[in-house]
Amino acid sequence: MKTVRRLVYATGVVALCAWVLVPIYFITLGAFGGRAGVFKWPKGVLPGETFSFAAMDTFLRIEGVAHAAFNSVIAASICMALSIALGAPAGYALARYSFPGQNLYRLLILLTRAFPLAILALPLTVIFIRVGLYDTPVGVALIHTALALPFAALISSSLFMGIPRELEEAAWVFGCSRVQAFRKIVLPLALPGIAATAIFAFVISWNEVFAASILTVRERTLTAYLLTVLSESPLHFRFAGGFLLIVPSIAFIFAVRKYLFAMWGIANR
Amino acid sequence: MSGRSRFLPYLLLAPSVLFLAALFVVPLVETIAISFSDNGAPTLDHYRRMAGDLNFWPAVKNTFLLVVTVVPLQVAIALGMASMLQKLPRGRDLVLWIWTIPLGVSDLAAGLVWLALLQERGYLNSALAALGLIDGPTQWLTYETPGTLFVGILLAEVWRATAIVFIILVAGLQLIPKEYREAAEIFGASPWTTFRRITLPLLKPSLQTALILRTVLAFEVFAVVYAIAGRNFPVLVGEAYVWQRDNQAYGVAAAYAVLIVVISLAATVVYLRVLRSRTEERS
Amino acid sequence: MNAISRLTVAGLAGLAAALAFVPAYAQQQDVVFLSTQLRPIEEAQKVREVILKGFPGKVTYLVEEPPQFDVRMRAEGQAGRRTVSLAGALHGELSALQPSGDLQAIDDIAAKVKDRGIPANLMELGRFGTGKQVYIPWMQATYIMVANKKALQYLPPGADIDSLTYDQLEAWGKAMTDKAGKRLIGFPAGPKGLMPRFFEGYLYPSFTGGVVTTFRSPEAEQMWTKFAALWKYVTPNSTSYDFMQEPLMGEEVWVAFDHVARVKEALVQMPQDFVTFPAPAGPKGRGYMPVIAGLAIPTGAPNRDGAVALIEHLTKPQTQIVTAAEVGFFPVVKAELPADLSPGIKLIASAVAKTQNAPDALPALLPVGLADKGGEFNKVYFDAFQRIVLRGEPVKEVLEAQAGVLKGIMEATKAPCWAPDKPSQGACPVQ
Repeated sequence: MKTVRRLVYATGVVALCAWVLVPIYFITLGAFGGRAGVFKWPKGVLPGETFSFAAMDTFLRIEGVAHAAFNSVIAASICMALSIALGAPAGYALARYSFPGQNLYRLLILLTRAFPLAILALPLTVIFIRVGLYDTPVGVALIHTALALPFAALISSSLFMGIPRELEEAAWVFGCSRVQAFRKIVLPLALPGIAATAIFAFVISWNEVFAASILTVRERTLTAYLLTVLSESPLHFRFAGGFLLIVPSIAFIFAVRKYLFAMWGIANR
Repeated sequence: MSGRSRFLPYLLLAPSVLFLAALFVVPLVETIAISFSDNGAPTLDHYRRMAGDLNFWPAVKNTFLLVVTVVPLQVAIALGMASMLQKLPRGRDLVLWIWTIPLGVSDLAAGLVWLALLQERGYLNSALAALGLIDGPTQWLTYETPGTLFVGILLAEVWRATAIVFIILVAGLQLIPKEYREAAEIFGASPWTTFRRITLPLLKPSLQTALILRTVLAFEVFAVVYAIAGRNFPVLVGEAYVWQRDNQAYGVAAAYAVLIVVISLAATVVYLRVLRSRTEERS
Repeated sequence: MNAISRLTVAGLAGLAAALAFVPAYAQQQDVVFLSTQLRPIEEAQKVREVILKGFPGKVTYLVEEPPQFDVRMRAEGQAGRRTVSLAGALHGELSALQPSGDLQAIDDIAAKVKDRGIPANLMELGRFGTGKQVYIPWMQATYIMVANKKALQYLPPGADIDSLTYDQLEAWGKAMTDKAGKRLIGFPAGPKGLMPRFFEGYLYPSFTGGVVTTFRSPEAEQMWTKFAALWKYVTPNSTSYDFMQEPLMGEEVWVAFDHVARVKEALVQMPQDFVTFPAPAGPKGRGYMPVIAGLAIPTGAPNRDGAVALIEHLTKPQTQIVTAAEVGFFPVVKAELPADLSPGIKLIASAVAKTQNAPDALPALLPVGLADKGGEFNKVYFDAFQRIVLRGEPVKEVLEAQAGVLKGIMEATKAPCWAPDKPSQGACPVQ
């Protein structure tokens, strides 16, 4: 019985892994399949004779890719820092206190996500040009923070909610100040989750295209830079571009998997 | 409560409120104003044009259809994934990584991935042909095959956006003390009972967050649909884009935007009522 | 700007300063050239590496899709701070920016390029009927038909591919569908496809001799019925096609209609596999639409001198020939195309020449004077198509309803008729 169940679990896990990985494998094939590969029929599961670096090579030779990547990192880092700095305190307040206006706040931050950003582009662009944020990674980061903030606030609020208030109160009883109690008791428990939230903010910024391309001319972020040349290119270029956008995400999630794992670790102490 | 702590929550919220006010509320108010005015004169014309458009009702229908199928499916799958991860004796690190990869994939890239799979000469058809199920390239994504088109979009959305639900639920699960479950086990509860009686109720705050976020985001679905279906599957946000970019009618685009916000707000309020979390019950 | 916005600006400025990150607005000496044309990656590279090569100054060539182009141009104008010195875009895209004052008068440049031999009617288009030169014509193109050579055996007997009629196209489609078992005609009716231009420049002129005035005429009713019949042999994938070159190369379709720049890749890659020919003719002639891209200088451009020099460079006969050879857009100036064009570009050039020189040719101009209503104008035609052909609604009812919308647009913009409609006093009437 136990072995059967374990077998079922193992199959499920493997199947779900395949569900994620197989599509990525195929876009990789598409990216390296060259122009002829796109129309080949039937397609094989292995790289065939149409294998070619041409599309990828063209992409990597476009001037300014490195600068754009640098801009992306700056924008995403600022976005990450700001959304935690603004979102985590809000999340704490939402989790620990009940106060008039609480639901109003929740609605406000959700509204941000419920609104199609593109529609705001014009008024925002005008404001940004006036204050000198136009065509800077900082300007892009600010908009991205508006996108990431609801996630930061809501996720950290559910994190803090999950940390028993009694722990904190016990610390007060033992003479800790509010700040001390927060720093010594709550923060260590919440930190991995907050780290994951920060990563998420980074990824949101990294992948956002529309605002980034509207608000910049020279200082493009990588995604915006690639996508302006991508959207109307032939399919094999699009697959190559799609692949190039996915690779950093995979590497990135891989690099921070420790944090994702750490969130898990606590429960198993 | 002391006087100080009465103001504390507001103090904690203030920075984010100010930030959103500057970057979001002001342009939002301007947009709402645009949707109700024509050259300065108040009007409902934009809303009339929106509702009278041939794509309006299909877009409403498609968006809702997608939300009510995608969101429950994703929550169910994510719950399954989270519990599986919990039971996994080895390799959690690796599995967690793989399962969260789509989290980092932009919606445009995800659309491209699924287009590569599902297009007429794509990998899915190649596989089906190899198995002898179809004779040659078959079209799944046209206006003549709305059923398979919908399934294609559904698959892509589930692939792309389940990870966010998963990660929120894992974050919630890890906060449930292990002792609760151990106690249940000692009392002979079946895994299913433990899950239903212990895990689910304790997971409520996380579930609430995940549901609200996913629903709001699902109403905004656009890039994936666009990549896979083009014009064949109008959705609300897509229509807003078309009115703004192609038709250059900002008023109508603004009306769509306001409609989307109202719908998302309504959905949020429903969730907040149905899934009351602990602090709120206490108050 | 209202008080709230000003407050926001102040707040944001504070925030920006607090971040101590605002880089000084670097004064660049290069010319920022923003274009909605030649966007695809390979073409943009060719602009940078070949077409701009002989230009002495430094040019930053940037591309933008039309909607973003529009937003950027307006926003920079409203804020009074320009980064773009030269804008290259289609006639319609530039006309949308003219009423908002985002483009400056460039009569001085018009005088400078006088000896280039740009036809007077093209220069006239660049004035938008304002009497002032707003853009200088840059390059031109049109739409053609492309067929895979495998399709030729199914041509209806007696049909000459260079003077095809819509009836013959339908018969051709039927023959291919019957024999090959697949619908093999394709149209670019995807979200970014140029299908509305097919209705405005090809179908309507060919069947009704007009575009706006004849919108709901009895001829238009017959036309739509006919087109719905033809659509039975058109692949349903058409509503996803933005460019026809890929479906042509992949043999998803054998016969296709599209803008020359959007079939170019197929012809350049596999010239031996394809033939090119003019679009079909209807009872009133062979409607076709010339496409004009122009160069304009935004109001307050940071480097006007550079932009002027760049316009002069781009309109040089030599540059124009290179442009034709590299990207398939044809000269607006007097320039002899060299004999050693690549076979693919030759295929385009021959179809364009056959279109222009057809005895029944009926040129239909791009819409003029619609300002920012150009998109809604396109929508009228595409909606009619969607409702009649794709959803099977009754022709007469749909045309009545859409005519009302069209009337509203024409009256709001007061745009007078353009060819092939007869000139009108005031707004072009929908009869």
